[in-house]
Amino acid sequence: MRIIAAMSGGVDSAVAAARAVEAGNEVIGVHLALSSNPQKYRSGARGCCTIEDSHDARRAADVIGIPFYIWDMADEFHEGVVENFMSEYKAGRTPNPCLRCNEKIKFAAVLDRAKAMGFDGVVTGHYARTRESENGRTLHRAVDPLKDQSYVLAVLNREQINGAIFPLGDTEKVDIRKEAQARGLAVAQKPDSHDICFVPSGDNAGWLRERMGSEVGPIVDQDGNKLGEHKGAYTYTIGQRKGLGLTVPTEDGSPRFVLKIEPVTNTVVVGSREDLAVTSMRGERPIFCGPEVGAAPLRGFVQVRAHGAALDCTYYMENSQLVAELDQPLLGLATGQAMVIYDGDRVVGSATICETA
Amino acid sequence: MSVYLDHAATTPMFDVAIDAMNASLRKLGNPSSLHTEGRSTRKDVEDAREKIAQAIDCLSSEVIFTGSGTEADNAAIKGLFWHTDKKVIIVSSIEHHAVLDPAHWLVEHEGAELIEIPVNSSGTLDLDFLKKVVAERRSEIALISVMHSNNETGVIQPITEVVQIAEDIPVHCDAVQSFTKVPLSFKELGLFAMTISGHKVGGPLGIGALILRRAVEIPALLHGGGQEREIRSGTLNAPSIVAFAAAVEVHLYDAKKVAALRDSFESGVIAARPDAVINGKGAHRLPGISNITFPGTQSDSLLLLMDSQKVSCSTGAACTAGVHRPSHVLMAMGLTDVLSQSSLRFSFGTTNTEADVAYALSVLPGVIERGLAANAVGRK
Repeated sequence: MRIIAAMSGGVDSAVAAARAVEAGNEVIGVHLALSSNPQKYRSGARGCCTIEDSHDARRAADVIGIPFYIWDMADEFHEGVVENFMSEYKAGRTPNPCLRCNEKIKFAAVLDRAKAMGFDGVVTGHYARTRESENGRTLHRAVDPLKDQSYVLAVLNREQINGAIFPLGDTEKVDIRKEAQARGLAVAQKPDSHDICFVPSGDNAGWLRERMGSEVGPIVDQDGNKLGEHKGAYTYTIGQRKGLGLTVPTEDGSPRFVLKIEPVTNTVVVGSREDLAVTSMRGERPIFCGPEVGAAPLRGFVQVRAHGAALDCTYYMENSQLVAELDQPLLGLATGQAMVIYDGDRVVGSATICETA
Repeated sequence: MSVYLDHAATTPMFDVAIDAMNASLRKLGNPSSLHTEGRSTRKDVEDAREKIAQAIDCLSSEVIFTGSGTEADNAAIKGLFWHTDKKVIIVSSIEHHAVLDPAHWLVEHEGAELIEIPVNSSGTLDLDFLKKVVAERRSEIALISVMHSNNETGVIQPITEVVQIAEDIPVHCDAVQSFTKVPLSFKELGLFAMTISGHKVGGPLGIGALILRRAVEIPALLHGGGQEREIRSGTLNAPSIVAFAAAVEVHLYDAKKVAALRDSFESGVIAARPDAVINGKGAHRLPGISNITFPGTQSDSLLLLMDSQKVSCSTGAACTAGVHRPSHVLMAMGLTDVLSQSSLRFSFGTTNTEADVAYALSVLPGVIERGLAANAVGRK
């Protein structure tokens, strides 16, 4: 096959590209420039797409012995991911931009362009596995539970999965580093990237405040009594306890948590820990990586954070929304997050949480 | 087969230049040393200086060797600016970044005022605009810098007229692309300064020269041993200087042949893609450069696809991260952002053949088709 290797400049995508070459494919390395104004250097484990990263990607391609190019996806990334990140927060939801990037950039803009240019697919350094079954190709968790990235790939539809190659899913991260060392890749010990690449400081609230202002609004309890003020409702997250700055104590001295964010009135609602408990969730825009789910309830797991636990649940479709009913209550679940349904280690599909109860 | 059509980026070294360089590399002696070995290497350097001076029609003392064309451009722009108290710098809007960036730096750090002279749709300098600016601001102008020919389009600029308009205002000319390709005389043009580079003319990388009029003294960019009229200190790079001169002296560039290859390529492109536009076609151009817009494509896709077919060409401009950017040259000629990013530069050299042109033309239609498809999904 002729494939494009998306190379971030990190160790994972470098080894993935090398493995794709060894598997007998004709591979071309591509680094995605996602920022129109890239920083020169990475700061710690944060961020990507710096000039240093594109250099690292180029050197990895040299060592592997494949051609290398840079594709400018800055406009697509800004429109599809960064703007969406802001508008979701503005609407009182908590988005996951990595999922969005996989859905809109890596396995859409890049894959589509690659196919149009005569390539068969895109190989990335994500930790996930695919298997061929009688129902077509399915997406599965990686063997390394700490690195498993099937959650952020659960936004891919069947066609996208068919164009995706994940050579690292069968290996533990520690062995990928060893393999990179053995292959002579200089990025073997480069730190993993964490957090959101376009918020290099790691301070999401500060980043949002800078771009969206900090309009003061009330912090109220569930009865509507004003307890304090905040500087921009969108900088809060459901379940947040710290940084509320409230001076009025609760009667029994128990801590308060953010229960709800009301963007229209710019209000943050707080309450007790018990009030955070969620036993069911509904998600919109469902995407199925494999066979579609119907109205008949099925048993499986739901995961609501990238490295969160797989929670036992019953799931089904209702009014074109994906519903998951939890066996055990969960504390603090924000709308806007992705709910990903698993059948064992197989990814069934995902949806964006729009309602919790 | 593989076809190299990026001679404006760099071109193969001539064998005589490689031989001259090898011989010099084996030779001991710092050209500034006073003993036998030093004098011998110094003689090689001065012989080389005279050969280059002869080729460009200047005095040998007017040749100042630098580490690159970019260094010579920087030395000229900053040097001529610091040479006077005047604050206005005039450049064409299509200059290479080696001229534009030091000029912008002087604006930001040294209180300079920069005036960019526009070009017409064929990429030739607007002389009336220049005349008007010079008439209005004459007493304030520190220098004028206009390239001899543009590196992206090959369009040759009216330097004689620029110098006439300038009268006694110092004029610098970046002649990196023109040197050895078209007739060029430093003396006849009446310039204050000119830039040339070794690797564009069959010499090695890492050697350039600033041609600076005798008795014009500019501040040093590098201080040290006082070499090169105390403008460019540093041990002279004798092997590269000798090889540069050898390439210039042998002068193997065949302008007629290169122009014929370029013309044959352009006819073939237009026959295959009648919607393609040759930028600067109506202007007086260098023999070897062809800049073509393929509407509905993105040049970085085209470059990848051409490269996969073993044809090397260029997208023109890229930022430090290697990201393709809209060309300021094509935009100055009136192309839109989108069209300027739908353009490729093919540049031909003496080593190219008719078979190269035929091969490039044979793969081009398929590449354009795929490029159109890739761009169409991008806009979805």
